[in-house]
Amino acid sequence: MAVAAISKYEFAPADSQDKFHGAQLLYIGWEDHLLFCSPFCFPFPPTMRFGDVVAGPMQAAFGYHPDFAQIDWAKVEWLKSGKPVALDFDKSLAENGLKHKDVIRFRTPGLNGINGTCN
Amino acid sequence: MSTVFLALQTNEDTRPIIEAILQDNPSAVVDEQPAMVKINADGRLVVRRETIEELIGRDYDLQELQVNMITMSGNLDQTDDEITLFWKS
Amino acid sequence: MDMQVAKKKLGLKERYAVMTRGLDWTPSYQKMEDIYPCIAYEGIKIHDWDKWEDPFRLTMDAYWKYQAEKERKLYAIIDAFNQNNGHLNVTDARYINTVKLFISGISPLEYVAHRGFAHAGRAFPGPGPRVACLMQSLDEIRHAQTQVHSISNYNKYYNGMHDFHHMHDRVWFLSVPKSFFDDAITAGPFEFMVSIGFSFEYVLTNLLFVPFVSGAAYNGDMGTMTFGFSAQSDEARHMTLGLEVIKFILEQDPANVPIVQRWIDKWTWRGYRVLTLVAMMMDYMLPKRTMSWKEAWEVYFEENGGALFKDLARYGITMPKCAEQIALEKDHLSHQAWSTFYNYAAAANFHTWMPDEDEMAWLSSKYPESFDKQYRPRYEFWREQAAKGNRFYNKTLPMLCQTCQIPLVFTEPGDPTKICYREVDYKAEKYHFCSDHCKEIFEHEPEKYVQAWLPVHQIYQGNCFPEGTDPTAEGFDPLAAVLKYYNFENGRDNLDFDISEDKKNFDEWRGQATKNI
Repeated sequence: MAVAAISKYEFAPADSQDKFHGAQLLYIGWEDHLLFCSPFCFPFPPTMRFGDVVAGPMQAAFGYHPDFAQIDWAKVEWLKSGKPVALDFDKSLAENGLKHKDVIRFRTPGLNGINGTCN
Repeated sequence: MSTVFLALQTNEDTRPIIEAILQDNPSAVVDEQPAMVKINADGRLVVRRETIEELIGRDYDLQELQVNMITMSGNLDQTDDEITLFWKS
Repeated sequence: MDMQVAKKKLGLKERYAVMTRGLDWTPSYQKMEDIYPCIAYEGIKIHDWDKWEDPFRLTMDAYWKYQAEKERKLYAIIDAFNQNNGHLNVTDARYINTVKLFISGISPLEYVAHRGFAHAGRAFPGPGPRVACLMQSLDEIRHAQTQVHSISNYNKYYNGMHDFHHMHDRVWFLSVPKSFFDDAITAGPFEFMVSIGFSFEYVLTNLLFVPFVSGAAYNGDMGTMTFGFSAQSDEARHMTLGLEVIKFILEQDPANVPIVQRWIDKWTWRGYRVLTLVAMMMDYMLPKRTMSWKEAWEVYFEENGGALFKDLARYGITMPKCAEQIALEKDHLSHQAWSTFYNYAAAANFHTWMPDEDEMAWLSSKYPESFDKQYRPRYEFWREQAAKGNRFYNKTLPMLCQTCQIPLVFTEPGDPTKICYREVDYKAEKYHFCSDHCKEIFEHEPEKYVQAWLPVHQIYQGNCFPEGTDPTAEGFDPLAAVLKYYNFENGRDNLDFDISEDKKNFDEWRGQATKNI
């Protein structure tokens, strides 16, 4: 539907990739860990190696949780836009098919928050 | 019928008004909350000028109620003599 | 008999007719569509503007008289509050954080409402709604001014309120109320009236003002209680205007019904999302609780709103469909909101804390279905960690909803263990939402929401640092730069209540007030 307006109503999106100084946005959420109130938003260069995202910014963002140190990354299940996806730690974000404003989630079987309460 | 209500500030101005409302609406129920009095009634609530005037012993303009009103629920109709709150169904 | 003295004054109905329609005229040398250019494009059809009548039949002369009386009462009490060191009479210093939330989140909206009603009043050709909008526009600027004035008495002593208007335009969580109102005032005049006049004022305002004001009364805050009641005394009139506008539009033409229904659906949801802040205020920030958020929702929305929509059914209007999801969220909303602000305590202009044992017991009794299962374990963990000196401060920016601008903190309807994610592709760009309702609102008017100023994205674009900041300089600290841009004093305005200057000062001043030192 179009916006009801008195004249032409068209605007450029406020958050297109060209506005992020070479970075693209990636949203990352950890399933069953609501201690973190919401998924995170990160700006990364598309050339960044996915393994470096996990070891650096994700460690910094999620590391407060005692479950984080126990994650066996080989067993982690990844979702992109809610659907299972395989992500290669040695490939870049772009090579993994991750584009600007994509959202990924990870599930850590056996690790379901403080005493299994999804917190 | 659904409930209509009128909430007024708890103060010296509203004390006789609440008394008048309860006289005129025998089925109305008073709910006292912090600093506020809520009067609930089934389907219809009437505030009558004459009853208030009898209780306060002076002329009263129903628009004075504007100063002490907090909230209400229902359709409203105001004349010189009455304020009515009501639901049609 | 027959000695009746002729009435000197006109009756209420005659006076109303003379002072509204009687003051109007038909233009002779300009076309109506040139004078009222905004009245047709939303698709609403009005055939007879004179059918609109204010049920209070309030005219401008009476308006000034009663408003002046309200102001006199208000300022008498504000003076007394100051003369009596009223700020030290509140239950405890945690309470003052509700005042901070109010001044930076709500009071600026009063000012925008003033502008919105002035604009709507100008747009309407009918004298009845024009006069009613004029009154409401004046009410709203009065509310903004009296709130700023009353709260200035707290600002002298406590942190976080020193630059509320600057903050309102910049701070991440304040973009939620700000963008809500911006959305409303950039709509046409009819949508504005349905959004603010009806959905917000009639359907939801009781949930904002009544809990805030009776909460203030219950917590010994005479200043806030008084401006609250003074503002609230105008609200009954606003609610009546909101309901009359809806009935008037619906009675004018059956083609108006589906347009109005869509606006009611949209704005009830938009308003409800903004009330997330009130939910958390009621359940967590008032040291003495009046009622829980869930109870307030049941009384003021489910019962009262139920009666309203039953009454509107004769026009073909139904309860907004979001009511179902809201019913599922009522056990969770306030806890999810408080967790969010506990997470981001470093980036707010008020303090947060963990509820004590008694408060946890109150929460479990009010929320038997959810609190002990979902939220208590989270809080106990946080409390243990804080006791060990490891208080949780989340420093990574959250993912926001494109429509309501709240982080994606809400869980799936019916599953409180899973965050709710929704997304849409529009013109080669991806957009994310917290709920089906926010997603549908976007899909109906994508061009409006693609422009959204989302604080997190703006920070990453480099638009939220003080002028002259070089983000490429070595050792650049983005959080510190953003706090500076917000005009927050790091370590003073933010962080946990337990370590706050407010707490320390309040305890000391209250001690001085009760002892001879």
